Amino acid sequence: MFGKLTWDAIPLDQPIPMAASLFMTVAIFSLLGLATWKGWWPYLWREWLTSVDHKRIGVMYVLLALVLLLRGFIDALMMRSQQAVAAGAAQGYLPPEHFDQIFSAHGTIMIFFMAMPLMVGLMNFVVPLQLGARDVAFPVLNAISLWLTATGALLVNMSLVIGNFARTGWLGYPPLSELQFSPDVGVDYYLWALQISGIGTLLAGINMVTTILKMRAPGMSYMRMPVFCWTALCSNMLIVAAFPILTATFGMLLLDRYAGMHFFTNDGGGNAMLYFNLIWAWGHPEVYILILPAFGVFSEVIATFSGKALFGYRSMVGATLAICVLSFTVWLHHFFTMGAGADVNAFFGIMSMIIAVPTGVKVFNWLFTLYRGRIRYEVPTLWAIGFMVTFVIGGLTGVLMAVPPADFVLHNSLFLVAHFHNVIIGGVLFGGMAGYNYWFPKAFGFTLDKRLGVLSFWCWLVGFYVAFMPLYVLGLLGMTRRMQHYADTSWQPYLIVAEIGAFIILAGILATIAQLVVSIRSRASRRDRTGDPWNARTLEWSTASPPPTYNFAVLPEVDRLDAFWAAKHQGGTAPPKRYDAIEVPGNSANGFITAFFAVITGFAMIWHIWWLAIVGLVCAAVTLAAFGWMVRADTHFSGKQVAAMERARRATGAGS
Amino acid sequence: MNARAAVGMPRPDSGPAPTRVVVAYGFWIFLLSDIIMFSALFAAYAVLYRQTAGGPSGHDLFDLRHVAIETMSLLFSSYACGLGLLAVERRRLSAFYFYFALTFALGATFLGLELGEFSTMLAHGAGPSRSAFLSAFFSLVGLHGLHVSAGLLWLVFMVAQTAYRGPRDFVRRRLLCFSLFWHALDIIWVALMSMVYLMGAR
Repeated sequence: MFGKLTWDAIPLDQPIPMAASLFMTVAIFSLLGLATWKGWWPYLWREWLTSVDHKRIGVMYVLLALVLLLRGFIDALMMRSQQAVAAGAAQGYLPPEHFDQIFSAHGTIMIFFMAMPLMVGLMNFVVPLQLGARDVAFPVLNAISLWLTATGALLVNMSLVIGNFARTGWLGYPPLSELQFSPDVGVDYYLWALQISGIGTLLAGINMVTTILKMRAPGMSYMRMPVFCWTALCSNMLIVAAFPILTATFGMLLLDRYAGMHFFTNDGGGNAMLYFNLIWAWGHPEVYILILPAFGVFSEVIATFSGKALFGYRSMVGATLAICVLSFTVWLHHFFTMGAGADVNAFFGIMSMIIAVPTGVKVFNWLFTLYRGRIRYEVPTLWAIGFMVTFVIGGLTGVLMAVPPADFVLHNSLFLVAHFHNVIIGGVLFGGMAGYNYWFPKAFGFTLDKRLGVLSFWCWLVGFYVAFMPLYVLGLLGMTRRMQHYADTSWQPYLIVAEIGAFIILAGILATIAQLVVSIRSRASRRDRTGDPWNARTLEWSTASPPPTYNFAVLPEVDRLDAFWAAKHQGGTAPPKRYDAIEVPGNSANGFITAFFAVITGFAMIWHIWWLAIVGLVCAAVTLAAFGWMVRADTHFSGKQVAAMERARRATGAGS
Repeated sequence: MNARAAVGMPRPDSGPAPTRVVVAYGFWIFLLSDIIMFSALFAAYAVLYRQTAGGPSGHDLFDLRHVAIETMSLLFSSYACGLGLLAVERRRLSAFYFYFALTFALGATFLGLELGEFSTMLAHGAGPSRSAFLSAFFSLVGLHGLHVSAGLLWLVFMVAQTAYRGPRDFVRRRLLCFSLFWHALDIIWVALMSMVYLMGAR
């Protein structure tokens, strides 16, 4: 009846997971209770849960990312604390099977449910506005993508309470992840969570590529698109090209586990290295999926706060496209030690060095944009400058590891761990924070507190260096990654320093939360009525903050790069004589309901409750079919309504 | 900046594309991603097809005459689908129903033949868990079969919707997407037939 699910699945005998899950359950239920008590549900349902507005969906993605950042960061603190004490005879406080789940969950959550939603959310919010579009190409599909991503995040967190999570690292390498060596549900939680959220990401990618290529405002040719749109285009093309590989690979591992197949098993002719190749054929493009939008954010931020047009726009576009193509030619550098031979390793080593060149082009472009600019040190500027220093260091250690003989020494050592945190924190996370501070006033109509924003930045920057520079040293000293315990006590001082760094980062996270709370409470005094608080260059700043549902009362006409900047300097544009009626898609519960059934299907598959899996799948399919059958009601704004809303806006602020 | 749009005259050469173009374009990108998913399975098959673990190989199992009939059913099914799409664009609904019924029948024939082949193999102990080769074979061919099954369900849904709503714009957009999907399955099948069956039967 309930497959593998019994009362034993709840880890009553293990105090740490029990306390964590108790805390999480209480937190979730008190939030749900608060919403019920305050009568927020109709509002939440109408304005958020069923919204198909790309701006709302973008905000929800970012919110998901920030919440999951907390979960992933708690995992990080637990690992750092364990390694700071578990030296020599001491075993620390985390038993190996728990420690292994923590590092697997940390990696999985931080990449798939923190970094991805952060970037997808920023793109979702910003790109249609920058393109001068009223929404994305497929608004309902956009909501489905969001809720499928949330489904994956929910499943990963359910593993904390019911059952356990994978102990196989964030990529689930076989043969360890095969049924023979991981017979419990941990790997299944991992696989189903990522399968479901991966479909969401793929659909988001298709949506965004179509939006950028087909929905641009009149006159916005490719070479008039803001750089963030270019990086979003390349990132989403990579999603479309890479995520299906992930789906296929996880599908094969699932078939191994559920149907006794032999893709990656030790027996029956299976080949585990096939998995390594396939997963990294997705995995390497994935890191560029994450970093390209961050490059776009920095390009916008640096141009805006230098008061200059971006230096080398064309070379920036070219570099982005080059990275997009080359990202598919370097995957083997993740396992030079596989033994593919000198020729293969040399090819991938050289390609890995070549891909650093377009990134270098970008760094020089940013430097030349800053050069002789009127730099304003707002919070996004600080993140951008912190990024340029930090990311270059991370890039250099990456190029070092691209040399195959060096990689044989450094492979799977803490040097590698330090390297990829160096580029992912210094690149993706700093980019996310820059974008969050930069576009927050656009999303909510008031600016974020600067003092706490600066504090958050410095804590993150200093904390990052204190936490990860010792790991480079430890890697060179020979410490491998993912150690629950180590015998060599001379490593311990470095790990204690690293833990201090983690606590400095914690202070940064707390400062970010405080910044949000303080800013919301003092929002009346920090209202932005102009829609353009930073004196910026691109179209999203030409409309109100927050923008109306339809984004632009009149679709902007674009005749050059940074057309909004040019229009401002020619004295702005006169209000149009009349407004046309606007149709925007109405709300749809399709995404939320489909995702609800996806949770049921995923959970049932994880626990081998076959009947429930079939029920969930059929219900999800019927939901999609039912919504496909109905003719959707659009929300209609008459010309008069639009005119009234625009007049009200012009009365309170400047506007274009 | 707003002058042309304000008088209701977007430039003919730019601005947001018509819905039909946007939908078909997005669907093409979906199909490309689907083909990439298949290519990962093709890669797995190419790596594993010699790994028979002492069990039967393609040479022992494949019957090319059977495959030829399957191929013909699927290709003619697509031809019928194309004719059906032309018919609905010309509002000739009875012809549309006829061609889509034919599409369904031929697609179902293909699926029946494939299931027949699978059950024969299973009966001879050559199931997907026998060897890495058979795992890759059943997954690759089975994924295509799963697409055909989903396509048949979609076809029934679309015929019902056309009957209920008439050949309205959004219905014809969806029929266009369905037709693209059905043709894409042919492309994959041709690759499958060449790489799995023709090369494997030798």
